[in-house]
Amino acid sequence: MSADERVPLLEVEHLTTRFATDRGQLTAVDDVSLTLDRGEMLGIVGESGSGKSVLARTLMNIAGANSSVTPQTRIRFEGRDLRNLSKEETKHFWGKEIAMIFQNPMTSLNPVRQISRQLTEPMRYHLGLSKREAQDRAVELLRLVGISSPGHRMSQYPHQLSGGMRQRVMIAIALSCEPKLLVADEPTTALDVTVQKQILDLLAKLQDDLGMAMILITHDLGVVAGRAHRIAVMYAGQVMEESTTKHLFEATSHPYTESLLKAIPRLSQPSHTRLAASSGALPDLVNVIDQCRFVGRCPLVEDICTATMPKMASHRPGHSVRCYLPLTPATVPSGTNEDVAEPEKLNQSDRSH
Amino acid sequence: MAGTGTAQLRERDKVLLRVEDLVVEFPVGRREVAHAVSGISFDVAKGETLGLVGESGCGKSTTGRAILQYPRPKSGSVRFEGEELTTLRANDLRARRLRLQMIFQDPTSSLNPRRKAGRLVAEGLEIWGGRTKTEVEERVNELLTSVGLDPDAVRERRPHQFSGGQCQRLSIARALALDPELIVCDEPVSALDVSVQAQILNLLEDLKKKFGVTLLFISHDLSVVKNISDRVMVMYLGKVCEIGSTETVFASPSHPYTQALFASVPEPDPDVDPTQAPTLGGELPSPITPPSGCRFRTRCPLATERCIQEEPQVREVAADHFVACHHAGMSLEDAEEIPLKAAESPTPAAT
Repeated sequence: MSADERVPLLEVEHLTTRFATDRGQLTAVDDVSLTLDRGEMLGIVGESGSGKSVLARTLMNIAGANSSVTPQTRIRFEGRDLRNLSKEETKHFWGKEIAMIFQNPMTSLNPVRQISRQLTEPMRYHLGLSKREAQDRAVELLRLVGISSPGHRMSQYPHQLSGGMRQRVMIAIALSCEPKLLVADEPTTALDVTVQKQILDLLAKLQDDLGMAMILITHDLGVVAGRAHRIAVMYAGQVMEESTTKHLFEATSHPYTESLLKAIPRLSQPSHTRLAASSGALPDLVNVIDQCRFVGRCPLVEDICTATMPKMASHRPGHSVRCYLPLTPATVPSGTNEDVAEPEKLNQSDRSH
Repeated sequence: MAGTGTAQLRERDKVLLRVEDLVVEFPVGRREVAHAVSGISFDVAKGETLGLVGESGCGKSTTGRAILQYPRPKSGSVRFEGEELTTLRANDLRARRLRLQMIFQDPTSSLNPRRKAGRLVAEGLEIWGGRTKTEVEERVNELLTSVGLDPDAVRERRPHQFSGGQCQRLSIARALALDPELIVCDEPVSALDVSVQAQILNLLEDLKKKFGVTLLFISHDLSVVKNISDRVMVMYLGKVCEIGSTETVFASPSHPYTQALFASVPEPDPDVDPTQAPTLGGELPSPITPPSGCRFRTRCPLATERCIQEEPQVREVAADHFVACHHAGMSLEDAEEIPLKAAESPTPAAT
């Protein structure tokens, strides 16, 4: 394991995941590039069908049998190429280096196995702990995630626990091998708001304590607003805007991000505030047209938007946008795209707005 | 919280729906019952939207269904347009239900997958008769148009050919078909994406103006409830915590549970540090053996001996603002000054 602190923890380049369907190849994730540093929290926000979960599952190597990843895709973890791991390395990679928690705590646990067995299994397998050691650590972990009388819970089955408890158990399992990266796919969507707050606060605390990096995937901008360091907004398989959290809200540049923000009802608004609702469906991801994916719902469309697909371009320091007509003026001259290399596209500089 | 009492009820002749001391229980296992709704009272005036908010297991959906007598409540009164529904015979009730409609959370599974959209909307009109085929057809077209669907494009399609938002529009068209007075909306936008949610919320507001319907809007999402409601009622474990005009309740939540609930809402604002807001610890107690006195006391940082002994009654704390709490108006931040008597639940606060 490289301990080189200058290498980002996770580097994703041109990640493209396709699914074989009856109608042809469906591009669920299209050319996504991301980097994540140690201890950082990246929020990935998008609506259903945006590809956010497929992205997470591709990172975890569980995208499914009918999926394929293009040869251009590069995923590097601590400098190691995940696509070229040896068989031996693969065994102790997922679950140990990167762990994942899922949306539905009701179905992610094995209903016919005791909590203790589900919690100790990864530690015995990945860390080679003895049964006794693993048991002791499991109790410790349950306490860490805020479960009372952990010794008692160990012998229980998932159906004896509430939804919030089960999600805590899932988190305990994910943390058991002290992963360097935790991928949380809508971890609180199935939970009540007060429990959601408990779980999100717990994740934030654990992340701080353990120095773990985290990718938090959600459809709710509110969930990541005060928590993530950076946010990537996805639509139709592509990242539309990526920025530090503060910048994303204060200098929202992609019309899609803005439409998301305006569609959310807020406690700070008076009752009966009319919400901005953009209509229109997701574009077809099988027969992809070479144009901006958001044209069907965008209020600002001009000719260039339907002429060819915009590329992800650096807009301001730490802020990239995939749009010809960003809502805020760029402070980085177009053409100097340090974030994304795009050699095939030379006529970027003559975009007008 | 979690109190009984009828202080919040308004004069009888001014309200469309008046629910008094409603109790709904479900048998579970041997001689045990789950106390789903335990003596709640509220009313809804004509043309008003009452938001019913609370977390899973608080009895909000059961309340909505019990108004339609589905299931019939164990006790209590439900008066709709001055008529007592709980004692109506099945046949009379069936006729009354024309005036009461319901929209459900999962739009796809609440529509018959084998029927075409046109038939789905026409169903009620055909069952209740009195219209010629052309009249039904015209009415269906009118309804589809008013919920934002193009009749010619959608009439022949089946539910699986629609998106979630479109299915919810269809459900709304179905509910409107027989000119109801009251529509109970049970989490109508919870399964939808935010942009679609915004469309449906706007649509409900438009239809309210156009058809003058009254809404009982059930949701766990406080921001959504605030957006659509004129009045709001907060429930916890089968009891009313707080009820009042939306502006008042949201401006000065007085029940500790309401305060904790509001503090848990993730606001899309990067300058708000969510970890600084008070967190409600513990878990919902079992509705089979609910706590004595105030049902919220096991998780309430303000709970005292009195909360164990005595159930708080709903009382008026300000104009059109009613709270069922012995310590109403105290802030959760004052909690340290009060001896914690709440440690009956084995679950301590996490994080």
